[in-house]
Amino acid sequence: MTGTHHGIVASSNKVEIRSLDFFYGKFHALKSVTMSVQQNMITALIGPSGCGKSTLLRCLNRMNDLIPGASAKGEVLLDGSDIYDPSIEVAELRKRVGMVFQRPNPFPLSIFSNVVYGLKVAGVRNAARLAEVAEQSLRAAWLWDLLKDKLDHSALELPMDQQQRLCVARLLAVQPEVILMDEPCSALDPIATMKIEELMLELKKNYTIVIVTHNMQQAARVSDLTGYMLLGEMIEFGDTNSLFTKPSKKLTEDYITGKYG
Amino acid sequence: MDKRHFDVELDQLREKLVMMASKVENLINYSIEAIRKRDATVAEAALAMDKEIDRMEIEIEEAAISLMARHQPAAGDLRFLVGAIKINNDLERIGDHGVNIAQSAALLASVPEIKVLADIPWMAGLAVSMLKDSLDSFISGDPEKAREVCSRDDQVDELKDQILRVVLTFMMENPNFISGGMTLILVARNLERIADLATDISEEAIYIYQGKVIKHGAEKQSEEGSVNR
Repeated sequence: MTGTHHGIVASSNKVEIRSLDFFYGKFHALKSVTMSVQQNMITALIGPSGCGKSTLLRCLNRMNDLIPGASAKGEVLLDGSDIYDPSIEVAELRKRVGMVFQRPNPFPLSIFSNVVYGLKVAGVRNAARLAEVAEQSLRAAWLWDLLKDKLDHSALELPMDQQQRLCVARLLAVQPEVILMDEPCSALDPIATMKIEELMLELKKNYTIVIVTHNMQQAARVSDLTGYMLLGEMIEFGDTNSLFTKPSKKLTEDYITGKYG
Repeated sequence: MDKRHFDVELDQLREKLVMMASKVENLINYSIEAIRKRDATVAEAALAMDKEIDRMEIEIEEAAISLMARHQPAAGDLRFLVGAIKINNDLERIGDHGVNIAQSAALLASVPEIKVLADIPWMAGLAVSMLKDSLDSFISGDPEKAREVCSRDDQVDELKDQILRVVLTFMMENPNFISGGMTLILVARNLERIADLATDISEEAIYIYQGKVIKHGAEKQSEEGSVNR
């Protein structure tokens, strides 16, 4: 019942997707998708496997560029500027729009080195500055109290959910504006999942989050806005509350009531 | 992370329900006071209070439905939400009975005073105390108190029958009392319904906190069933 969690509160569009088509070679993976991601809100994308939700997510920081034969048509505006414009620095874009993956992917380095990795790549060498950012980032990912005494331990020793939160901390260290999450809980048990969900609700105060999940209950629990996709099309997009209590499309109703998918 | 976000939202819903309950209690007390003081001016204010209660009912219902859709609650959380929806509905109806009483107060103020009125405030006191205790049992999670409320319902029913008998006698003796007498019977009927709804609220509180269904003698039947088996 907090305003931002339930209804849509007037907010600015952080990302605007306009008539976006996407192709893997000849395969038409996204069909004229239009939606907007609002600042400081959690936007969830749901739909059956292969519906295009991960493709859409990866379009938001041009992760799909890495796939041979992939091409996009349409506009994706980040704060009003088209991220597919040739003048855009992709590395800079991915710093602003970071990503958390399905399986935690910490580097085979110490916890500390993982968190400050991005800063070091960006040329920060000041030890005090690195320590400060590491603490801030770990705190924001609810890991500081757990890990502060073993920052030199290997990140790979951590349990899965802590690894996943470490990946979030690593992302926060480079101060992204938008966090993309691709099935961030699919490798986690229910308790670990709950921790990530609570973390997301905390993080949205400072960041804009887009999450892809095959677990629609998760979308229902954490998101403010939800998009239901099917066969590359955005079937319905709106505030989560309405979508899960009175969807406007029969296709959406069938999916969320379990009759399809 | 001390509390789940879901718990925070449940608490907010509980607070809203408590706020609505206190508005309903105020409305009933206000209407009864109007009968006692023969005040004909209260009906409009009672209607305005009821409007606010109706608005809250919709708000609480929508919040509860949305929490169910979004969180798939189980066990105690589920019982709380289902119970909250029912209590919400009960409270709204109690509010309507409050408006009826306020309207009766206006009518009673315009006819000669009737002696049996003395029993109405007594009955009202009982119904209001049942309402208050049923809400307390829900708010504080006290199923014992809730059971005690249920046991008081018979007393209110008896009082209603008694008022009915006395008022009927008055009306038979003096046709001038018919209009006022009918109104008094209606007030008694509204109070009896308020007590019934307070009993419902108590039954819901028992369901929420103990998971036991006691309405329609279900608890007794299940005990007998287990003995027979």
